[in-house]
Amino acid sequence: MSRQSVSQAIREGMREEMRRDDNVIMIGEDLGVMGNPFAITLGFLEEFGPNRVIETPIAESSFTGMAVGAAMRGMRPVVELMYNDFISVALDPVMNQAAKMRYMTGGQVTIPMVLRAPMGAGRRNAGQHSQCLEALFTHIPGLKVVCPSSAADAKALIKSSIRDDDPVIFLEHKLLYAMKDEVPDEEIVIPLGQAAVKREGKDITILTWSRQVFFALEAAEELAKIGIEAEVIDLRTLVPLDWDTIKASVCKTNNVMVVEEGVKRGGIGAELSAQIVEELFDELDAPVARVAGMNVVSPFSPPLEDAVFPHVEDIVAGVKKTLNYVG
Amino acid sequence: MYENMVRVRKFETKAADCFTKGMLAGNIHLCIGQEATAVGASQALEAQDFITSTHRGHGHCICKGLRTDMAMAELFGKATGYCGGKGGSMHIADVSLGILGANGIVGAGIPIATGSALTSKIKGTSEVTLCFFGDSASNNGTFHESINMAAAWSLPVIFLCENNRYGVSVPIDSVTNTDTIAVRAKAYNIPGKTVDGNDVLAVYEAVKEAVAHARAGMGPSIVECMTYRHMGHYCGDPASYRPASYLEEAKQNDAIERFRKYLLSSNVSEEEITAVDEAMSAEIEAAFEFAQNSPYPDPSTVADDVYSFDNERSVAR
Repeated sequence: MSRQSVSQAIREGMREEMRRDDNVIMIGEDLGVMGNPFAITLGFLEEFGPNRVIETPIAESSFTGMAVGAAMRGMRPVVELMYNDFISVALDPVMNQAAKMRYMTGGQVTIPMVLRAPMGAGRRNAGQHSQCLEALFTHIPGLKVVCPSSAADAKALIKSSIRDDDPVIFLEHKLLYAMKDEVPDEEIVIPLGQAAVKREGKDITILTWSRQVFFALEAAEELAKIGIEAEVIDLRTLVPLDWDTIKASVCKTNNVMVVEEGVKRGGIGAELSAQIVEELFDELDAPVARVAGMNVVSPFSPPLEDAVFPHVEDIVAGVKKTLNYVG
Repeated sequence: MYENMVRVRKFETKAADCFTKGMLAGNIHLCIGQEATAVGASQALEAQDFITSTHRGHGHCICKGLRTDMAMAELFGKATGYCGGKGGSMHIADVSLGILGANGIVGAGIPIATGSALTSKIKGTSEVTLCFFGDSASNNGTFHESINMAAAWSLPVIFLCENNRYGVSVPIDSVTNTDTIAVRAKAYNIPGKTVDGNDVLAVYEAVKEAVAHARAGMGPSIVECMTYRHMGHYCGDPASYRPASYLEEAKQNDAIERFRKYLLSSNVSEEEITAVDEAMSAEIEAAFEFAQNSPYPDPSTVADDVYSFDNERSVAR
């Protein structure tokens, strides 16, 4: 075991995969000397050379499209968008090309590419650099969507994403990069579609992922003080979804809350809520609750930004309401 | 080359006939009039080379090696088509033949071709990638982004612009301030050439030069082929937005007629030419029979070839 930050863990995971397989290449802006704005690819240019660490001009649409072409030719490109918000200028190669190519060719090719992108609020990056867009990606058939929270998970999941034969969107919360935890020294690969029960509890299931996992765990500690035992599940991957773990927990607690940083309307919580109601209605003691981002643009000013995404007290209040807690 | 030009013309004519009779679903974009660019360009490539194609891509793909029967079956949405009926006219592909797909998004093939060329460069292999695109795609951002990167990194790719002068209904000169597309090559410091796209030998020579340039590691070129789209944008579009003179000019310049005359003046006999015409008619008729008599794909295969772990639960109940 060694103590690593999430950014170190992603770096190590990618480095191991690049050493293991010459077909793994990196494509994106400022990946070279700078090692990207979050220093994730620091040292890669020296170790792997400019043939495999491809530092591009600011041309997201085409370098993402080029990754699709390279993947069709057998490469395993890892594309980096500087922020997930920039998908707006590179959506065609992701949505219409990468996601569909295997299907439209009748299975002639797979597109083993990973699109990595930092996401999330809390850094005062304002409207175009702060969103959580995972719901947008989960709506597109053909894509897998991964959102790790811990360093150990980030390392294991970037490795399994690179090894996956389908396009994977790998979303990294910017405020998790510096968070440290224990990462095993031996090689770890977690299959996509496996959730983690971060805290066991009998009263309510909290489904969440990425940075909100930590908020939910903190909320669970608060709730424990008043006798409410929340089970916190880190979904880790949104597509594929670990339905078995969700179902087992809901059948145990009979109450569910989805906590997400992204905006509520059309969010992952809406989808999970619908699935749970469709299949587990008889298990529920109360409607599925959602604690999510407000349906507004990410504001710049700190007090405004803090008001738009969920905090520990929002989760605590939501759980109390769902369980009709009076006290 | 003559054989392939006639093969493509007859394939497209048959497809149009089937579409008009209601035998084809969706829509198709025909390349009648543009055969010389597909044929001349493909002739300059080797089997190991790659192409990306467009929504008007039947000709490119047939010239790169698609069998007309399996291609026609794909247009019919049949299980025996190249993509098992999942792609259709706009997404026809056979990657094993170096065809990285037609594409329904204008300009989207340009980065895919550039990424293919990047792969050849990374691997140090000798194949080149030829990217077919239309005049209107040259005004898409991917044109600039991709050609800039291909030029900066000397990637082995040929950007072949089929300039048929119309983007659906909009004349290219009403939305572009240069006389040619190839002149933009100057901005990227790469070779650019405009040729008569209805002269199959001129296309072949220009592309051959660009292929040699790319294969020698000297980077990309733009080859612009001036041509005509005889039909509307899609099959059934009467193209009433064009002046009558466009089609008259197109027919006077018809690539197949011109090449036929050239062959006759080069000691090829009328009989030999007629024999090719007849053989192609028979091939396309057989392709049609094959497509028509092939089974549709089994609906149970609808979720194959796409990640669909949770479809069992996602189907409406």
